Amino acid sequence: MSTPTVEKEPASKIDLAESGDGAGAVQQFDITLKVRRYDPERTEDAWWDEWNLTMFGTDRVLDALHKVKWDVDGTLTFRRSCAHGICGSDAMRINGRNRLACKTLLKDLDTSKPIIVEAIKGLPVEKDLIVDMEPFFQSYREIMPFMINSSPTPTAERVQSPEERQRFDDTTKCILCAACTSSCPVFWTDGQYFGPAAIVNAHRFIFDSRDDAGDMRLEILNDREGVWRCRTTFNCTEACPRGIEVTKAIQEVKTAILTRSL
Amino acid sequence: MWSWVGHRITGVGIFFFLLVHVLDTSLVRVSPEAYDAVIGAYKHPIMIMGEIGLVGAIVFHAFNGLRIILVDFWKQGTRYHRQMLWAVMVLWFVTMVAFSIRHLMIFFEGWEGF
Ligand code: SF4
Ligand code: FES
Repeated sequence: MSTPTVEKEPASKIDLAESGDGAGAVQQFDITLKVRRYDPERTEDAWWDEWNLTMFGTDRVLDALHKVKWDVDGTLTFRRSCAHGICGSDAMRINGRNRLACKTLLKDLDTSKPIIVEAIKGLPVEKDLIVDMEPFFQSYREIMPFMINSSPTPTAERVQSPEERQRFDDTTKCILCAACTSSCPVFWTDGQYFGPAAIVNAHRFIFDSRDDAGDMRLEILNDREGVWRCRTTFNCTEACPRGIEVTKAIQEVKTAILTRSL
Repeated sequence: MWSWVGHRITGVGIFFFLLVHVLDTSLVRVSPEAYDAVIGAYKHPIMIMGEIGLVGAIVFHAFNGLRIILVDFWKQGTRYHRQMLWAVMVLWFVTMVAFSIRHLMIFFEGWEGF
């Protein structure tokens, strides 16, 4: 038996400042946050609120919203959960572009002008930045976003080659934030359109070699309100915070419908 | 998105021109004199500018239409849609410069004043 010897910690390789906690190094700046508010229990019409805030260079739009909600006006309402670009809760229109508030650094925006934050378009606003996502998820459910395979369950996994997996890799990255669907001018004027997000998630299963219901999904998307509504405006591809090539996925589904009968 | 807006606007514009065009052409059956009078109006400078606008709309609609076909049917189309839009603009510009020069030359040769 040997007694454990207490080793001395090696000296840190990182140079820490002698005094201060390091936060002083992060630059600070003032911003104006302008949010489109809506509260049907208060007034019928939407209105704009502006706040002047001092923020850090490492802060995101979400941090500015937090600062208002926690320190200034607790009635400001928005959704967020993970705060790290994973859950897809906080898609909003920031300076006219759909983005995730938790992935948009304030320093990347023009801080000399007010930063304008609105709810995403095309879905009914419930309060401030919260919209009713039900129509969005309705379309999502309709394309059957789960694996369908009626062959007997194998004892091990259903084997798939790296190439087969690669075929639909891009569309597995979707976090259902609705940034794409709510940036689509076709969806704005025709709420019945399935929308890019539903097609992306259909693509994820249509091109999965383990799935058997590809034809059914193609049939569903061959609808009048399906893929043919897409006018290739590329707004969805530009909006997607996950960098999914949304228009490409839609195009592949279109082609699959056309070549299916051949 | 703006290429799509442009495509819509030029499309609707061309549609209305076709409507008028069918009407003025069918005038021939009604009365050749009236037809001549109406067609004569096309010599007016405003109509000349209008024709440049019309050709501009058609040329954009045609080139962008080819671009949309490529976006939909060429595998790499969605990756290069932006470059293809630039190509459409360049082709449009070149075509329009050539057309405008020729169109205005013909106009000034036959110009007899108001
Ligand atoms: S495709 Fe992109 S933008 Fe659309 S819901 Fe999925 S992650 Fe969001
Ligand atoms: S809060 Fe989860 S994605 Fe932004």
